Amino acid sequence: MNKEPMKVSGSEAVILSLLEEGVEVIFGYPGGAIMPIYDSLYDYDKKITHILTRHEQGAAHAAEGYAKITGRAGVCFATSGPGATNLVTGIADAMIDSIPMVCITGQVASPLLGTDAFQESDVLGISMPITKWNYQITTPEEIPEAIAQAFFIAQTGRPGPVLLDITKDAQFGELEFNYKKCRKIRSYVPENPVDPFKVKEAAELIDQSKRPLLLFGQGVIISRAEAELQAFIEKTGIPAAWTLLGLSALPSEHPLNVGMLGMHGNYGPNVLTNEADLIIAVGMRFDDRVTGKVSAYARDAKIVHLDIDPAEINKIIKADVAVLGDAKKSLKMLTDNVKQNSHKEWLDQFNKAYQTEFEKVIEKDLHPTKAGLTMGEAISLISEKTNNEAILVTDVGQHQMVAARYFRFKHSRSFVSSGGLGTMGYGLPAAMGAQLAAPDRTVVTVIGDGGFQMTIQELGTIVQNKLPVKIILLNNNFLGMVRQWQQLFFEKRYSFTELVNPDFLMIAKGFGMEGKKVSSRENLDEAIAEMVSFDGPYLLEVVVEKEDNVFPMVPSGASVSHILLEP
Amino acid sequence: MKREFNITVFSENHIGLLTRITIVFTRRKINIESLTVSESAISGVYKFTIVVHTSEDSVKKVVSQIEKIVDVLKAFYHTNEEMIYQEIALYKVPTEALYDSDQIENIVRNSGARILEITREYTVIEKTGHKEETQALFEQLNQFKVMQFIRSGRVALTRDPIERLSEFLNERDAFLDSMD
Repeated sequence: MNKEPMKVSGSEAVILSLLEEGVEVIFGYPGGAIMPIYDSLYDYDKKITHILTRHEQGAAHAAEGYAKITGRAGVCFATSGPGATNLVTGIADAMIDSIPMVCITGQVASPLLGTDAFQESDVLGISMPITKWNYQITTPEEIPEAIAQAFFIAQTGRPGPVLLDITKDAQFGELEFNYKKCRKIRSYVPENPVDPFKVKEAAELIDQSKRPLLLFGQGVIISRAEAELQAFIEKTGIPAAWTLLGLSALPSEHPLNVGMLGMHGNYGPNVLTNEADLIIAVGMRFDDRVTGKVSAYARDAKIVHLDIDPAEINKIIKADVAVLGDAKKSLKMLTDNVKQNSHKEWLDQFNKAYQTEFEKVIEKDLHPTKAGLTMGEAISLISEKTNNEAILVTDVGQHQMVAARYFRFKHSRSFVSSGGLGTMGYGLPAAMGAQLAAPDRTVVTVIGDGGFQMTIQELGTIVQNKLPVKIILLNNNFLGMVRQWQQLFFEKRYSFTELVNPDFLMIAKGFGMEGKKVSSRENLDEAIAEMVSFDGPYLLEVVVEKEDNVFPMVPSGASVSHILLEP
Repeated sequence: MKREFNITVFSENHIGLLTRITIVFTRRKINIESLTVSESAISGVYKFTIVVHTSEDSVKKVVSQIEKIVDVLKAFYHTNEEMIYQEIALYKVPTEALYDSDQIENIVRNSGARILEITREYTVIEKTGHKEETQALFEQLNQFKVMQFIRSGRVALTRDPIERLSEFLNERDAFLDSMD
């Protein structure tokens, strides 16, 4: 845009730059060093929505939830010092999960830098290991260009969080405002063009393979390659399994969707990884939760790895053929180069494995005969009552794994969860962000009683902003996942995992939120129906079996072949 | 097997970039044996020479993580055999030791070192070479009590006939233009 330059304050330039980038929502918390920016924001409240969270961590996770649903950078504001350090967990989470995010922090005035001034902390230094890029702005003139670069870097290539630290004098100073979007940076190659020779090599391996297995991750969602993925597997008849963050990219009911990989994934895709003669990994990074023992992973398979990030190639698993570039383009080219095929007998092995898992695990989870409620039945019922069309946001722990296993999806970008970092306290604020990103969709968040209490204050934000988030609290009065490990690997020595919990409904009520508690099977159906149809935010506390375990499970350090179906 | 590797990084000149680069090593608990940073032949482009003692697998991963940093233009690694490298060392010895015998003079001549400055109290000697050579000279001079000693980080060139940096920058510019 090339309008006549106009003279504005640095703080106003921040807001104008965000508007130029199409920002509609900011999550934040004001404080001394960012007050000029908040003062400018006051004049733009019709053009931009600001959500005042109750803690900066909430702002960061909300921005993540927003980014996951929209695919655009989530934006958060925080003041210097404690405001900025409170963002850190959320930034680290966004970094490891490749979430585009632009954080703007206030900083003490530039003459005070390095003097231990009030609320000064070295935010640039602190955030360096957990940002894709960060930059400190000390003069007003730098603001438009730095913000343009921030959005370009956050949203292109492998996305990630960036942080801009703006000193108070830069916010107060004046500049001639003229905004130009950033289109390239000399030292930064967002993506490599797909090499057609590599595609041909990969296609040859695929055509020759008798037992191919495709593994997809979040890269498919980030590059919006869902249709290309489906076209590829349908042409080749290759079964496809997903990582936690790849969930919802392929409809749950697709006949070639063989389930979740990894520690609490499905039986078939785990054991059959070691039967496969070819692994095609798309937009995934072979996390240790997926591979189990690396030296015993995919032993008989050649590996084709499609990824946008060159640093992921050969990082964990050596690739026989690496196809660098954007998944949408590489999958399309791959589909054009492979032969039509089907792998019926091979696919049958997955279906058989599913039957085994169904008998040993799923049946008990979804149709339990014992009195206590299971997490599985609650989650499965919520999925059903929302017509498998809801956005599901989870916290971290047992409920997260159960939710990933039993929630069903029709649409991509419908699952929001903290994967790499495993951040307890993520669910509630991320659900706010997801709801703001998709106001017309039902957003349900499943949270355990441990994680809920880490960011419970965001109930206030949800009520203040009338966000109709449906919160399902699966309460077992335990830090369930840790307790499960203590039971299985630490001789049931339940060291500090039992919780004496508050009356959650009373807390919700204190915040002005409706809710209900259910602890018996006969009331579950109705309670969920009531929650789903409720107009506004709602807390449904489901009291579940105290000492239930999540199975299947690949014990830490074991091969995926040694996945356990029971203790 | 662990051995010495020379990592070369070309980057933009931005504040904080040194930290970003060293974080890649810190996070993997790899010690930096030596580090030299200065402007390259192309104005505005900085060159880092980093010496580490690690396995080839680890140096490969480190280099790809460094290259991923937004402000880094290019990173690569070489073994010592693939590079021509030098370090510079300065030695301060008491000047009276030179008067007492011609031993120091001979050591300086034979080791290809040179004298930079002589005052009444001290004489400063300079030598460039590999660490073993500058260290050997130190041992020899230390019989006369070296008063101060300093050795620089490594500077290194590849055995390529030309530095391909400007070619690389032109290619990069053309590539980024083609992506528009």
